[in-house]
Amino acid sequence: MKITGKTTYQLPIGPIHPALKEPVMFEFEVDGERIVNVNVRLGFVHRGVEWTATQRNPIQILYLAERICGICSYCHPMAFSLAVEHAAGIEVPERADYLRVIHGELERICSHILWAGVAAHEIGFDSVLFLTWQMREKGVDLTEYLTGNRITKGITMIGGVRRDITPDMHPKIQETLQYYKKNLKKLQQVFLDDKTFQMRCKDCGVLSKEDAIKLCAVGPTARASGVKKDVRLDQGYFAYSDLDFNYITPDIHTGEVHGDVYDRIVVRLLEIQQSIALIEQCLNQMPAGPIVSEPKIAKLLTTLKNATGEGIGRMEAPRGEVFHYVKLTAQDTPYAWKVRAPTYNNILPWIPMLINQQIADIPIVAASTDPCMSCTNRVTIVKNQGTSFLDKEDLHRMSIQKTRRLQL
Amino acid sequence: MRFPMILQLLRQLFKKPHTNKFPTKYTPSSYTRFFADVHDGKKTMGVPVETPPGFRGKIQYEKDKCIGCQLCLKVCPSEAIEFKAEEKKIKIFLARCTFCSQCNDVCPVNCLSMSNEFLLADTDKYATDLIVE
Repeated sequence: MKITGKTTYQLPIGPIHPALKEPVMFEFEVDGERIVNVNVRLGFVHRGVEWTATQRNPIQILYLAERICGICSYCHPMAFSLAVEHAAGIEVPERADYLRVIHGELERICSHILWAGVAAHEIGFDSVLFLTWQMREKGVDLTEYLTGNRITKGITMIGGVRRDITPDMHPKIQETLQYYKKNLKKLQQVFLDDKTFQMRCKDCGVLSKEDAIKLCAVGPTARASGVKKDVRLDQGYFAYSDLDFNYITPDIHTGEVHGDVYDRIVVRLLEIQQSIALIEQCLNQMPAGPIVSEPKIAKLLTTLKNATGEGIGRMEAPRGEVFHYVKLTAQDTPYAWKVRAPTYNNILPWIPMLINQQIADIPIVAASTDPCMSCTNRVTIVKNQGTSFLDKEDLHRMSIQKTRRLQL
Repeated sequence: MRFPMILQLLRQLFKKPHTNKFPTKYTPSSYTRFFADVHDGKKTMGVPVETPPGFRGKIQYEKDKCIGCQLCLKVCPSEAIEFKAEEKKIKIFLARCTFCSQCNDVCPVNCLSMSNEFLLADTDKYATDLIVE
């Protein structure tokens, strides 16, 4: 009689699946409950944002960039504006730099609290989801008060910001910050001392420091593995070089770095605390002065129309480093615009995190990097109404063919 | 403490819900009929959360002030503004508008402003309520 050995099963999840909020395709190889291997496929929600941008002028692109991501609706236009300022050589006034920090940190608070709720939801702790989203509402209200809208802030302008923070706005900001300070303690207790969270999140989805460096993880995902990497400190853009803060790694709270889901929660909760402190520092230190380098938009458009050059904008979004590249060639519209959202870097770290985990841990591990698929999709290949993929071998073959063609 | 959320949940039992019930406390069987009734004055809508100063709602256009410079057309990110050449005035399609108020900022004569009106849902994108001219 032939004895059959143990075999593994293929478990495809996605691209459209009730458990996923955004289209991404996982191909799991499972042995019982254990994940042996995983393959991630992207490119299901390509929206052609970069192409659309080449039909518009930089001022119009600000609002297009805002719509790359609903949660990072400040980072993308700001990174774009940093890139354009770099390319066109526009100086930003000092007060605008501080205002930019305030809005950036406010967005970080909202994003991290929202993420904390999603993480709780993924492990089935929905009452915490409602608690966090109630807290987030305060931040969103403040955003509406400062910028005019809750989510799509429309605060960015090339060379500064569009709205100032006047002294009569300070009480409302202080009130919100006090609310957060008071309630953050409660939130930290709920997340970090709770037995359920500890049991589900400790030693789950571990990303070692070596893997985090090797796979170029960014943001809280990298910092939770003990990698001291933060564009705010490394690059010192806006007014961050004048402010007093440090890298947040989980050992500040727990004393040691594991790189598991629990550490990612720790890092994000500590970062909320850090953001509150940064906003307070900004409000105290903010100098008086103009908030935008060129208040006449028609004049700014002419300047940008005549500008040539390449520029990059790097910025620490709530999820990690966001990178924008812009090329201006003295035309109405930019010649090229390239966006690299932080999730792009945090996809490969999923593989070491998911291997050897149980199927039931997939949602929390996948959510722990705070993925945003729609922001990440930059490329899709459509041919004869079907999709084809060019992998490394295909590209290599095409490269050889081109060399041969040129030799003839 | 092993389950710190318990206290919060018990406290929550005696608190009012955080959510503002808008437009109604309970979902009506048909929203279309409900809004028709509200329009006729038979029913009343709940009170929405107040908008802060500087909120960007429906655009207001002062036609007499407009000089037809077309700068707003140039900066509108969603191309929601149409230029009426014979009149030298503009027409704004709110169904396309993204409420960024960039046209307000660029206008040299300040003929555009944002109101705090935000209830603009409609089944017809060319409804008179959604076209400002």
